[in-house]
Amino acid sequence: MDLNYSLQDQQFRDEVRRFLFDALPADTRQRMRDGDDSRIKDDIQRWQGILHRHGWAAPAWPVEFGGTGWSKAQQFIFDTECALADAPPQLAFGIKMIGPVLIRYGTAAQQQRFLPGILSGADWWCQGYSEPGSGSDLASLKMQAVRDGDHYVLNGQKIWNTLGQFADWIFCLVRTDSSGKPQRGISFLLIDMKSPGITVRPTRLLDGTHEVNEIWFDDVRVPVDQLIGEEHNGWTYAKFLLGHERTNIAGIGASKRSLQRLKEEAAGIDKDGSPLLADVLFGTRVAQVEIDLMALEITNMRVIFADAEKRAPGPEASILKIRGTEIAQRLSELRIEAFGASALCFEGESRIARLDGAASRPSPASNASADYLNLRKLSIFGGSNEIQRNIIAQMILGL
Amino acid sequence: MDFSYTEEQQMLLDTTRRLIAERCGFETRQRNRQSPEGYSREAWQSFAEIGLLALNVPEADGGMGGGPIETMLVCNAIGEGLLLEPYLSSAVIATQAIARLGSPAQRARWLPQLADGSLIAVLAHDEAGTHHQPMNVLASATRSADGWRLQGRKTLVHHAAAAGLILVSARIAGGAGDELGVFAIAAGSTGLGLQHCATVDSQRAADIELDALIVPDSARLGGDARASLQATLDHALAALCADAFGALGRILAATIEYSRSRVQFGVPIGSFQALQHRMADMLMQVEQARSMSYLAASACDDPDPARRSALLSAAKALIGQAARFVGQQAVQLHGGMGMTDELPVSHYFKRLLAFELRMGSTDLHLERYRRGLIG
Repeated sequence: MDLNYSLQDQQFRDEVRRFLFDALPADTRQRMRDGDDSRIKDDIQRWQGILHRHGWAAPAWPVEFGGTGWSKAQQFIFDTECALADAPPQLAFGIKMIGPVLIRYGTAAQQQRFLPGILSGADWWCQGYSEPGSGSDLASLKMQAVRDGDHYVLNGQKIWNTLGQFADWIFCLVRTDSSGKPQRGISFLLIDMKSPGITVRPTRLLDGTHEVNEIWFDDVRVPVDQLIGEEHNGWTYAKFLLGHERTNIAGIGASKRSLQRLKEEAAGIDKDGSPLLADVLFGTRVAQVEIDLMALEITNMRVIFADAEKRAPGPEASILKIRGTEIAQRLSELRIEAFGASALCFEGESRIARLDGAASRPSPASNASADYLNLRKLSIFGGSNEIQRNIIAQMILGL
Repeated sequence: MDFSYTEEQQMLLDTTRRLIAERCGFETRQRNRQSPEGYSREAWQSFAEIGLLALNVPEADGGMGGGPIETMLVCNAIGEGLLLEPYLSSAVIATQAIARLGSPAQRARWLPQLADGSLIAVLAHDEAGTHHQPMNVLASATRSADGWRLQGRKTLVHHAAAAGLILVSARIAGGAGDELGVFAIAAGSTGLGLQHCATVDSQRAADIELDALIVPDSARLGGDARASLQATLDHALAALCADAFGALGRILAATIEYSRSRVQFGVPIGSFQALQHRMADMLMQVEQARSMSYLAASACDDPDPARRSALLSAAKALIGQAARFVGQQAVQLHGGMGMTDELPVSHYFKRLLAFELRMGSTDLHLERYRRGLIG
């Protein structure tokens, strides 16, 4: 047993740090730090291009498909260092979701057609899973795909589609058969977002952002060669996708960065002549979340190392998801506690109100409430934390 | 990073578990706790026979020279088995104190006896004032014509009654102000008074009165004992964390098992989602506690004392919180049966309570960690 990184891993971490210091554009870094998403598409695509030119576009893919060949520990180090350096996130829908599905289940033609654009960041992918009646019970989804010659004809609606307003492609779960069990009869389709009959409507969120959409499909024609694997067997691929690439599901790097920043900010906020961080009550709350995060990082590493032999983490990932999102949410709560009344002035609402002369640059305090509001999503998406508890009870505890 | 055990470590864990299952089962424990000694000499001897008592004796002194990971594994099995025998007190704490502080002659005299089970030793360090400041010792040692005169009170010294040798920490009167000494006192010495008590988790302890107790110069172990005492207490804390983690694993397993077999409304109660989610929460706390038990063991030998202290406090705080939550929920989910003396669950619950209270409470360690935030 050894809780320290090997010399090789330490050298790798130094290499990643050096690369981030040299290659991450300063303006992008600043926007990420400020929570400024005004150029989020450019920032994500430019960063993906830089990673691609460096050979680091797809940390978890096999080398023969343009991946890095990194160990899971190295992937974890990379994710963590990127978060600590305020790098933009990689677009998960391409690199972490559809990419691995194409590699595992796609035809050679599909791989040649789609993987290069995912690696370079030129193609923006999004996900069409949830529907108005199908959230936690995803297998009940209803969006119809009817075979018509060499095409499927799609009718229906998807919701909670993240950043689809920028997307070139969407991967969707659709119903091709409703005669059997709900899981049977789902198919997995790749759809060009420029197809006639697709309408994207923004869903404005509580923090004023446009992060998710609802998408309407009205007689959208999709060539059959954009079906993944076998017809009716899409649930298998969807499960593979959900179970894949979860080395970073706890979001350790992002929470470490939030904690670092919380401590810096709280050290600079005055409370009765002393830094807020020195306040016993506030400081104890910070200490508590720091300890919980410390434990979770080790738990995360235990899962990664126990998992080295297997392709995808098992149900232990549910523990990481629940605890990781709880910690991220608590950190965002502590930040609004730190700013107190200053967090009331809210840039998102000022924008909606179209106020003349309202602050145009986000302030840290305004940013704190935006984060707090936005991060409520963490315990809801990706399988709500209640669903994750069901998984733990059934798969780990055997209940 | 590596979270696996070596073959030898795995064997150590398996052997300890097997021995405890054979010699110190729950029924045996229920009998032993009703005796004044509170533990089994024969079981202790069987620990010696397979070398477990030599684990913390350095190789140079003829022992196994095990490190914090090995101690963690043994104490983990001990917590699982609700052991009453004085392993932590004698085979970890007192053995390490003698190994760190003793002269070659003292080590040669006591360590082999500790390893073969013929001698039990304990460290009498805690006092009313050490709960918040571990080195705030008021017991004093004053130079006398015959050696040293010891005066003071020690509290809740675990297994003191079983010990043939009591190691007492004392402030050196007239010394450099905060110099601490450790003195070895034979059981039954004049001026040594023991007030016995049983702890909430069925262990034996005693308050100790040192009243003009005279010991020769040769009874003193080493010089200023402050750093060695701190190191010993750090290792002890990591070992105690492992014990608690062992109890946590078992109390969770017992709760899951009970929820599978207990039928109400025609179904096992474990099929109810309210209970499933509670047990999922318990599991998460147990897994986090396991991680922190690993961290505590690996922090023991961290050369930076501030970092070592912060990491150990983090571990004690988090495992203490897990102990509170998981213990309470285990009793709750066992319903009325959780309240009885008959099932192991209440005994695990009490062992976890004792963990929370020993060697600094959860709040105390959380507070200590907090102070480290602002440097």
